[in-house]
Amino acid sequence: MSLVNFTTREITCKIVYYGPGRSGKTTNLHYIYGRVPDSRRGRMVSLATQTDRTLFFDFLPIDLGQISGFSTRFQLYTVPGQVYYNATRRLVLQGADGVVFVGDSQARQLDENLESLQNLQSNLLEHGVDIRTIPLVLQYNKQDLPRELILSPADLDDALNFRGVPSFSADALHGTGVFETLKGISELVLKKLAAGTAA
Amino acid sequence: MSSVLNPKYSFATFVVGAANRLAVTAGHTVAESPGAAYNPLFIYSGSGLGKTHLLMAVGHAAKKAAPQLNIEYLTLDEYVEAFHASVAAGQGDAFRRRFQNVDVLLVDDVQFLTNRKEMQSELLRLTEALQAAGRQIVLTSDRPPPDIADLDERLISRLSGGLVVDMGTPDYETRVAILRRKAEERGARFEPGVLETVAQAEVGNVRELMGALNRLVAFQAVNDTSINAETVKQILGLTGEGAAAATPGAGRASAAKAGGGDEFGEFLADVTVTVGKAVEAWRARVGEAVLRWEGEGYRTHRLEALLQRDAPGAVDQAIAAFAEDVERLKALEAEVSDLDPAAAGQSVFRDPERLGEAEQAAAKIREGAAPPPGPSAAFPLAAFAVGPSNQVAVSAARAALERPGKKYNPLVLVGKSGLGKTHLLNAIGLELARGKRAVVACLSTQAFIDELIAAIDGNHVDWWRARYRRATALLLDDIQLLTGKERTQEELFNLFNLLQDKDRQLVFTAPAHPNTLSGLEERIVSRLEGGLVAELKEPDREVKRAVLERMLGQQGVHPEPALIDYLADRPTDSVRSLVGLLQRVVGAAAAQDGPLSAGLAREVLEGQAPRDTRRSSGFRTSGLVVSSLGGIKSREKVVWDWIDVADRMIEEFR
Repeated sequence: MSLVNFTTREITCKIVYYGPGRSGKTTNLHYIYGRVPDSRRGRMVSLATQTDRTLFFDFLPIDLGQISGFSTRFQLYTVPGQVYYNATRRLVLQGADGVVFVGDSQARQLDENLESLQNLQSNLLEHGVDIRTIPLVLQYNKQDLPRELILSPADLDDALNFRGVPSFSADALHGTGVFETLKGISELVLKKLAAGTAA
Repeated sequence: MSSVLNPKYSFATFVVGAANRLAVTAGHTVAESPGAAYNPLFIYSGSGLGKTHLLMAVGHAAKKAAPQLNIEYLTLDEYVEAFHASVAAGQGDAFRRRFQNVDVLLVDDVQFLTNRKEMQSELLRLTEALQAAGRQIVLTSDRPPPDIADLDERLISRLSGGLVVDMGTPDYETRVAILRRKAEERGARFEPGVLETVAQAEVGNVRELMGALNRLVAFQAVNDTSINAETVKQILGLTGEGAAAATPGAGRASAAKAGGGDEFGEFLADVTVTVGKAVEAWRARVGEAVLRWEGEGYRTHRLEALLQRDAPGAVDQAIAAFAEDVERLKALEAEVSDLDPAAAGQSVFRDPERLGEAEQAAAKIREGAAPPPGPSAAFPLAAFAVGPSNQVAVSAARAALERPGKKYNPLVLVGKSGLGKTHLLNAIGLELARGKRAVVACLSTQAFIDELIAAIDGNHVDWWRARYRRATALLLDDIQLLTGKERTQEELFNLFNLLQDKDRQLVFTAPAHPNTLSGLEERIVSRLEGGLVAELKEPDREVKRAVLERMLGQQGVHPEPALIDYLADRPTDSVRSLVGLLQRVVGAAAAQDGPLSAGLAREVLEGQAPRDTRRSSGFRTSGLVVSSLGGIKSREKVVWDWIDVADRMIEEFR
């Protein structure tokens, strides 16, 4: 997938929100959807089960308009977090320009986080992508929960962020940290784009 | 590198207000009659108040008034870079000439002269030259000349000598006018009162004003709603205390709402900045490369052409290819400068576009610098007969061979003709030539002189020099031939010094000690004496025997020892005359078809006529021993026919 097309002057970024089930990926997208002016966003496609679990994936296209003469589009995807939807996850991950790993800050979810992170790594590898080279940020969601239930961002950094990527604490439900995360990943993706055109 | 005048920055687009009217008027005057009114014109103001705009406007207006004028706009940094680049390329004079031919010189940001003494004096010189030639200079700075730290007094007085004028912060009306004009340029429409509200804000300069306007334009584009005077304050954070205090609840609500919208707006702004940086990053890389190579004195047309393109299309390959070409040029230049320092400065070695030409030029020079004549293979060291008479010279030669250029440098072999100097010289040359990458120049001084004359004649003395400068050793036979050849002595002197500096072995031969040779310059003599002068004496018996044995051995003859002894014992003053003797004997033996023997030699050399000599009949000889060794060397001097005694007496009695 070509990120920057200099001929048609288009920039297209595919960003995938990844993470364990119920960590708040879809919530992130919903919040963003709510903040993007109508004219800028496409229809948010959400395939969910009756219990509101993402069945296939969520898709939110955002049109940022002309930036530096490039018509710029962001495509935000989420993957289903449940372990048994791995084929879907792998499919959604294909051609991703950047990944937001949405972790669940709850202490009891730490293992799920780790497992999902490993799953991300192996799925990327299936596509021939090294997790060390793809733009990646971590979001520690649900930081609004009572202190005793959650791990602090510092602890989560220790536990999950062994590659030292940018990390953001968030409360996706209320929107805290959602756009910071999106900005963070966009910056990485676009910077890589600069390096990408270098090659 | 000088910048191109930005077409947007003209007087037409410059908003004139009370704060900058004087500067603009001065600019107009200068543009209409460059060099006539205020020279130099020095404009200073804070950042973002239109210095660059005004400066370029002067350039445009001057060009419009008189299209033939040579107008140059550049920032001080560019001036400094251009200066460094030309100095690096060894073309400082070209740099000065370039700027002295400018009719209107526009220099931006001269405050960066601080701590640049060299540039200050350069600028002073340029200012004086341009003023003297009636050419216009306009300079801008963020402070008046005396406030520029560390500025040369002469330059201060020179810069203050014309008109120094400042531009202040635009007043409210000017700000509104600027905003209106800019909004119009962008095609942005605002509700009445919006721009006025923006203009009311306290801004330090026009750039900040533009920043505020940009935010409004972006906000309006994103939200697809038009902004009114009230929302402007919120967007720009200008909310008056009173308004916020009066309706705190409403304020918060609208702030939250605005904040909600803003979240995406901020994100958009963020992405815009990043895209600008990232997508255009290749331009920055190309720019860096241009600066870098230009700084090193290379022409960068190819890279500059890249900047004209819209898409990056493999710029990094292009930069890498450029760097590769430059490396190649460097290698060629280094090679060429080794061969011919004069040729290395050619501009072709500084222009990657002309790499092909550079290759050709280098090849030509390489060809021109074909190795100088080497030693003759006919004189191997092994064949050199050693004895007490030449022991000193041979040991010196061996010592020099062990550590070429370090032990005896130069080594001067002196001795009469025919003692083997040339042989030893060539033998040393052959030994030296065995070394890796050895380039041994070994030739007679006459050939050396002839080559120089041919080079002068063919106008390629540089190539000739280059050939010898490459040599790892220089061996010249018969140095006395330099007598009276002043130019050759001069060249040799230089070559001598150059080679000796590089520890390259020098060997010369001469018939006598250098200080006894007339016609040699003192400096050459003293240099020759500075090494080791080793003498070859008349051959001793040992040497002679060795020579005889070798020569006869070469001819496949095994003579009786008595012959060798006889010949070796004969008084000969040189190896060459010994060889002459031997050849006479060998010749006689061949004529008689007889064996080589001591007897035959005695007959031939001592004049005892062989029993049936063909020459005896009818001749009266004086009975003198005709020998090449005696006082009589030539048969022509021998009186063969004496007049009759009777005749002689009659003569005497007359």
